[in-house]
Amino acid sequence: MSHAAAATFPIRRSYAGHIAAGARRALAVVAVVAALVGLYELYRFIWSSTGWTHPFIVDDTSMPHVWVILHALWQPAQVNQPALGTILFHKSLFTAKEAAVGFALGAVVGFAIGIVLAHSRLLVRGFLPYIVASQTIPILAIAPMVVVWVNPKLPPSLQGWGSVAVIAAYLTFFPVAINTLRGLQSADPRALELMRTYAASRWTVLWKLRVPASMPFVFSALRIAATASVVGAIIGELPSGLQSGLGGAILNFNQYYSIEPQELWATNIVAAILGIVFFVVVAAAEKAIVRRAPENVA
Amino acid sequence: MSAARTVREWAPALVVFVLGIALWQGAIAAFDIQQFLLPKPSDIVRSCWDQRHTLWPAGWYTFKEALGGFAVGSIAGMAAATVISRFRTLGAALMPIAVAANAIPIIAFAPILNNWFNPLSPSSKIAMAAVLCFLPVMVNTMRGLQSANPRQIELMRSYAASGFSIWRQVRVPTALPFVFTSLKVASVLAMIAAIVGEYFGGSYDALGVLIRSKAQILDFETAWAGILVASVLGITLYLAVAAAERLVVRWAPETRDS
Amino acid sequence: MTEQHSVVDVSGVSKTFPRGNVRALENIDLALRPGEFVSLIGPSGCGKSTLLRVIGDLVEPSTGSVVVNGKSARQARNDHDYGIVFQDSVLFDWRTVAKNISMPLELLGWDRAKRKERIDEMLRLVELQGFGDHHPWQLSGGMQQRVSIARALAFEPALLLMDEPFGALDEMTRERLNLELLSIWQQLGSTVVFVTHSISEAVFLSTRVVVMSPRPGRIAGIVDVDLPYPRTVETREAPRYFELVTEVRELLRSRGEHLLPEEEAALGQ
Repeated sequence: MSHAAAATFPIRRSYAGHIAAGARRALAVVAVVAALVGLYELYRFIWSSTGWTHPFIVDDTSMPHVWVILHALWQPAQVNQPALGTILFHKSLFTAKEAAVGFALGAVVGFAIGIVLAHSRLLVRGFLPYIVASQTIPILAIAPMVVVWVNPKLPPSLQGWGSVAVIAAYLTFFPVAINTLRGLQSADPRALELMRTYAASRWTVLWKLRVPASMPFVFSALRIAATASVVGAIIGELPSGLQSGLGGAILNFNQYYSIEPQELWATNIVAAILGIVFFVVVAAAEKAIVRRAPENVA
Repeated sequence: MSAARTVREWAPALVVFVLGIALWQGAIAAFDIQQFLLPKPSDIVRSCWDQRHTLWPAGWYTFKEALGGFAVGSIAGMAAATVISRFRTLGAALMPIAVAANAIPIIAFAPILNNWFNPLSPSSKIAMAAVLCFLPVMVNTMRGLQSANPRQIELMRSYAASGFSIWRQVRVPTALPFVFTSLKVASVLAMIAAIVGEYFGGSYDALGVLIRSKAQILDFETAWAGILVASVLGITLYLAVAAAERLVVRWAPETRDS
Repeated sequence: MTEQHSVVDVSGVSKTFPRGNVRALENIDLALRPGEFVSLIGPSGCGKSTLLRVIGDLVEPSTGSVVVNGKSARQARNDHDYGIVFQDSVLFDWRTVAKNISMPLELLGWDRAKRKERIDEMLRLVELQGFGDHHPWQLSGGMQQRVSIARALAFEPALLLMDEPFGALDEMTRERLNLELLSIWQQLGSTVVFVTHSISEAVFLSTRVVVMSPRPGRIAGIVDVDLPYPRTVETREAPRYFELVTEVRELLRSRGEHLLPEEEAALGQ
C-alpha cells in the first residue's frame, strides 16, 4: 500500500479506544447535567431567600425542587394508578409512533421533492419560495383543520394519531427537501462530465452519482428532521384532543399545575428524553451506514 | 442584480402563485366539499380586508413578541458562544452536547413559561421565542468561531498580533456567515414560538388567540386570514434578516455580486 | 561572540512532534548572510516547512537555538522583523486588496495617510495598481499571490519567509512571478528564505540552495549558485544553470536511499 493511501484512510480506533471516547463523552454529559441542576437549585435558592419577584416569583409552584420532580416519576399521578413514570413512558411511546411515521413520511416526501427540483432550475425558481414559506405557516393554527380533514380519510386503526403523523411530516419534509436539493447539486462537475462520456442516462447519473454525493447533506437534514418530527407530533396532539400522547399529558397537567407542578415538569423531562433519543438514534444510524460504505462519503 | 435578471428570477414563482390561487379557487368552487375548512382565496382576502382592524394590530402584537424573543435569544446565543469559544477544550466538549440539546422539544415548556409569567402578558411568549432561538444561534456561532482558517491564524501570529486582534480580525468575520444562517432559521422559529405560546394562554390582542377563537366559532375565513397574516409577518422577519445578511456579509459565495 | 554577519543563525536545532513521534528536524546548523536568497528543497517530510516555521517562531524547536537579526526568534517575531508568504495566499475575503495589504500596518499602528502611501507603493511594486478596491475572489491565483507578497513586504522587513508560494500556480505564471520576485528582492535588499519543491526554481532564484533529506529531517548538502544577477530568461538556458540543477538533483538522489519512487518523481524537472 503506498504511503499516499495510508495517509487518507480514516483512523480506525481500537475497540478500547471507542469505549474510552464513549466514557469521556458520557462523563461530559453528566457534568453538564449536574452543572445545570446546580444552577437551577442555586437560582432557586438565591431568589427565594431574597424574595426577588423579577422576572418571576420563585416558590415551590413555579420552580419545584429537582428531587421533587424526579420523585414524582415514581408516584402515581392519581389514586390507584400506576406510577407517573410508567404512564409517561407509554404516552411517549404513543407520541414516538406518531413522530416515527411522520419522520418516515416527511423524509420520503422531502427526498422526492428534492430530487424533482434538482432536475429543473425553473421548478426551483417557481416552487422554492413556497416551500420555504410553508414553514412560516403556524402549524399549531392549521392543526385542527388538518385533523378534521385527514381523519375521516384514514382507516379506523390509523385514525387519531394518523393525522398527527401528517402534521409531524409537515415539519419534517422541509429540511430534508432543502438539503436533498443542495446535496444533489453538490456533485463534482468533473464527475458529471465523466458520466456524460459514458453516455449515462439521467436516471443512472442520479442514482450512481448525485444521490451518493448528497448523502452527507441528507443525513445532516435527517438529524434536524428527527427533532422536528417529535416537535410536530407534540404540537399536533394539542388541538386534536388525543389523551394517549405526551401532548395530551402536557395539556392535562397544565390544568393541575397550581396543585401538582412537578407533574408538568416531569412530563417536560420525558419529552426532552424522547427528543434526544430520536436524535441519537438517527445520528447512530448515520454512523453505522456511513462506516459500512466509506467510499460513498465525500 | 439587473432589472431583467430580477424579473427572470422571480417570474416562475409568480406564475406558480397565480396558477396555484386559480386552481385553489376553482377546486373549491367545483367540488364545494371543504368550503368550511378551506375557504376560497377570495373569501380569505375579503375577510382579511373586512377584519383588518382586528387582524393587523393582533399580528403586530404577536410580531413584537416574536421580535423581542428573537433579539434576546440571538444575542444571548452569540454571547454564550463567544464566551465558551475562548476556552477551546470547553467549546469542543460542549458542542456535541449543545447539538443534542437542540433536539429537546422546547415547545413543551410553553405552559410552564405561561405559569411563570402572567399568561395574558407578552413576557411568556417573548421568553418562549428567546429560548427557541438561543440554541441554534449559539451552536452555529460556536461552529463559525471555530472554523477559522488555521493559515490565517498563523499569519496573525507572524504579526505577533494580540489574542483580541486575532479574534476580531479573523474569527469574527469567518463566523459571520454561520451566524446569519442561524439567524434566518431563528427568525422563522420566533414567530412560531410566539403563536404556540399564545395557544396556552394569551391576551385577546394576540394573533394566536384570535386565530384559535375564530376557529372555535367556525369562522374559518377569518381564522385563515389570521394564519395568512402570521405567515406574512414570519416571512417579513426572515427577509429582513436575509437583507441584513446581504449588507453585512458581502464576501460569502452566496451573496457575492460577481 | 555573535557574528553580525548572519541575519539568521540556526544552531543545533531539532524538532520532534509529540503526535506520532515524528522527528521532523535533527541537528540543523545554518547561517544566512544579509541579502542572501536561500532556497530550502527536499522531498516530503524533510522538514523544510518546519525549519521555516522555526525561524519564524511559529514552531518551537525541541533543542537548539535560533537567532534572527541578533535577537531570539520570539523577539524577532514580536518586533515584526519578517514577513511570511504561504502557498495559499491566505487573503481575507472580507477585505479589499488594499485593506489586505494594510492589515499588518494597522496592527503596527500606522496612521491612515502613511498606510495609504505604503499601500500604493506596494501595489506598484507587484504591478497591481488599480486593483486596490477589488476583492480577493475577483483575482486570479497569480494575482492573489502577488497581493500576498505585497502584504508580506508592506512593513519592509529585513527577512522574507516563503513557503512554496508559487506551488499552486501554473508553470508560465510561476516563471513570470520568479522574475518579479527577483526584481523586488534586488530593489529591497531583504534576505529571503524560500521553500520549494522545484529544483529549477530553487537554482534559478537563489544564491544558495540548501538540500534537505527526510526521516529524520536534516541538511544533506548546500550548493552555491554562482550564476550572475540579474537573472533572466536566458539564464535558464545557460550551461552552468543545467550543471547546477544536476548537482542539486544528484545531491537529492544520493541522500535519497530513503526516497520512494513517487517522491523522486514529485521533485520533477
